[in-house]
Amino acid sequence: MCLGIPGKVIDIWEESGTRMSTVDFGGTTKTVCLAYLPDMEIGEYTIVHAGFALTRLDEASANETLQMFADLGFLDEELAGSEGQSSRETA
Amino acid sequence: MKYLDEFRDPVAANSLVEAIRRSATRPWTIMEVCGGQTHSIIRNGIDQLLDGAVEFIHGPGCPVCVTPLEMIDRALEIASRDDVIFCSFGDMLRVPGSKQDLFSVRARGGDVRIVYSPLDATRVAAENPDKQVVFFGVGFETTAPANAMSVLHAKRLGLTNFSLLVSHVLVPPAMTAILSAPTNRVQGFLAAGHVCTVMGTGEYGPLVEKFNVPIVVTGFEPLDLLEGVRQLVELMEAGRAELRNAYPRAVTDIGNTVAQQALADVFVVTDRQWRGIGMIPQSGWTLSPQYAEFDAEINFGVGNLEVQESAECRAGEVLQGLLKPNQCPAFGTTCTPRTPLGATMVSSEGACAAYYQFRRLESSANV
Repeated sequence: MCLGIPGKVIDIWEESGTRMSTVDFGGTTKTVCLAYLPDMEIGEYTIVHAGFALTRLDEASANETLQMFADLGFLDEELAGSEGQSSRETA
Repeated sequence: MKYLDEFRDPVAANSLVEAIRRSATRPWTIMEVCGGQTHSIIRNGIDQLLDGAVEFIHGPGCPVCVTPLEMIDRALEIASRDDVIFCSFGDMLRVPGSKQDLFSVRARGGDVRIVYSPLDATRVAAENPDKQVVFFGVGFETTAPANAMSVLHAKRLGLTNFSLLVSHVLVPPAMTAILSAPTNRVQGFLAAGHVCTVMGTGEYGPLVEKFNVPIVVTGFEPLDLLEGVRQLVELMEAGRAELRNAYPRAVTDIGNTVAQQALADVFVVTDRQWRGIGMIPQSGWTLSPQYAEFDAEINFGVGNLEVQESAECRAGEVLQGLLKPNQCPAFGTTCTPRTPLGATMVSSEGACAAYYQFRRLESSANV
């Protein structure tokens, strides 16, 4: 769970005063909280840890790291979890 | 053995390997702190490409591996209760406790749920007011902001049925412990890039000065790792103890200050046991007194448990760089990812699991 996975912000909305987003990790989407990176915009790339965006990343770096994590078999484990699979549902 | 032509950019990789080999006038011993980096190094054969110039000691940066046994047993005890929904990151479920793991608790009817984010656990709490919902808050500085926000969120929502079983660990104190050990062989560190995205690089300057050791903040890509090693070897050869950032596209010196504020609000530094290593002073976070109402350890009275570690498992030596995983007699025989004796065989960040996945067909003599 410790690895940060890069992804692309494809949707942003407000939920109880907190900016939330949908992030696409190479085909798998997750709800991601933007509380720690509130100025993220749609189309930007970020490194996400446990459902929180923590730093910006450029597109090329994000795609490279994502491909490598997929090759290493990390993505299934890091993105596991029956909750939060679809957007606009989490707290 | 990987070949350079399998790298995404074999020309760049080759020039980095050659630059490292050219500049190394003697073999250097370095530690990559992060378990994700260990996997990338082993998967891409970077240790083999640099054999003779650089020896990698695999560091303790795998939260699944170092979460203390007593904390796993506390999780198992809490998760076994009928009135509890126990939520966890998926990779904690196979970690062996003294007698069982969370999967076996679930198999016997315990409500153990894998969640992607701790915020999912607060949602479960809001939806199940008649149950106690506990989230297993483990990890390094990278997962701590998420866990801190779950507490802040629970407080904001007025949830009285949510708590966190906290077992957070911190990277710099672990590096201090490694450097202070009489058996230490580490001459330079590759610091974990993602930890620094949260905390920045400021904590490493004092380590560089105190221990006269160079530290290079490094990413996870093969080329990032090779570039980190190149800079580190350059510093070691020049006898210069300096802090460098070889991963500037993700890491700034100050880190994520919004996350740091939340961490300072929710957590306080505490002594922490590290599985396989022992107690490291001031090496973890626990909930600060103002959030004690969310502390599962207090709420469920599981402070004192008797624990028993597997006698066969030598993960402690692996975590301290004293033993390579495939030198352990149990490796790949009685201990596999499906039947792990120790936590280092469980996680995708554990060194034993990395060697099992990529190196088990080679004899230990070749590694």
